[in-house]
Amino acid sequence: MKDRTLVQVALYAAIFAVLGLLPRFDLPFAAGVPITAQSMGAMLAGVMLGAWRGALAMVLLLFVVALGAPLLAGGRGGLGVFFTPSVGFIFGWIAVAFVAGWIMQALRRAPVFPAALIAAVIGGIVVMYAFGIAGMALVGGLTVMDATKACLIFIPGDAIKAVLVALIAQTVARGLPEALLSRNA
Amino acid sequence: MISLYLPQRTWLHAVPAGWKLLALALISLIAAPLDSLPFMAALMVAVLALYVSLGKAALAQIALLRPLWPLFLILLALHGWNGDILLGIVVLARILAMVLLANAVTMTTRMDAMMDAVEPLLGPLAWVGVAPRAVALAVALMIRLIPLLFALWEALNDSWRARTGKRGGWRLLAPFCIQTLRLSHHTAEALAARGGAPRRGRR
Repeated sequence: MKDRTLVQVALYAAIFAVLGLLPRFDLPFAAGVPITAQSMGAMLAGVMLGAWRGALAMVLLLFVVALGAPLLAGGRGGLGVFFTPSVGFIFGWIAVAFVAGWIMQALRRAPVFPAALIAAVIGGIVVMYAFGIAGMALVGGLTVMDATKACLIFIPGDAIKAVLVALIAQTVARGLPEALLSRNA
Repeated sequence: MISLYLPQRTWLHAVPAGWKLLALALISLIAAPLDSLPFMAALMVAVLALYVSLGKAALAQIALLRPLWPLFLILLALHGWNGDILLGIVVLARILAMVLLANAVTMTTRMDAMMDAVEPLLGPLAWVGVAPRAVALAVALMIRLIPLLFALWEALNDSWRARTGKRGGWRLLAPFCIQTLRLSHHTAEALAARGGAPRRGRR
């Protein structure tokens, strides 16, 4: 592993943590519904770093959380979070970053905004909820149908986050093109 | 940052981290497939007794579960809707007991002790070309980066406020990403100048 890769992986793991520590954003176009920015971190890691580095960043984050750091939104952390019904989402972040990064790399020739939007929606919604619902069903003792019902309320917030991630990717591509590592690999 | 670690020593602090992790893993393996109410009630009582034995500070940490309540209510409601409220109670007791038990391990184990306990498990990573010591470096780097990034965010927020009088919120994310990437270039250069990250077969 190169030094730069190591630093970038640590950086996106840290960005994910910082997104959870920031005060909640009030999004104007979400009618003032506060959302935590944290799950954006997984989409961002994938879209910015590409599949492998993005997934590694999430693995590093979960490792540090398991060691006992309270880095998840609301100061949650430690081994306890791996026993909650949201554990599917938590492990899902690894897959989210990988899939979003993989799509971003596959669509390297496409314009940034649509490519990042597709990556964020498929990674951050389809993949994340597949993992999240599976975790909810297993830990909560629910059928998949019921687990889906319990998770659905979060989807609008995640759709907004996916759009934000795409906007950010586009802005970054303009401001510092080499920062979009998923494109110049 | 709120630390989950309890600074005052309890008897559980003296137990080696490896044993605590092993016990937690074993109990979770036993409890996961079991849907028996008496067992879950016993587990719950045992976990609460553990917390009482750890003292007041540990009991106060139970408040960490507060954000989970809405989810617990939804779970109970769904089970009640399906006419199996008993299963709902069993499931809830299992989640509560396991989360509290896992938190007890985190509360009484320092992060470096935890790292030492899991380091032998990182050995196989060398086969795919990742030195276990590079993992330790990545962990340290990430933890060091968090306050730096936080300060960077605050600086961006301040300049946004100076221009507009409002909080930046999500608009700061793109400049934030650009700035952090710059920061990471410098960090990588500094790391390379000091001999680089640990590699396989080199100490």
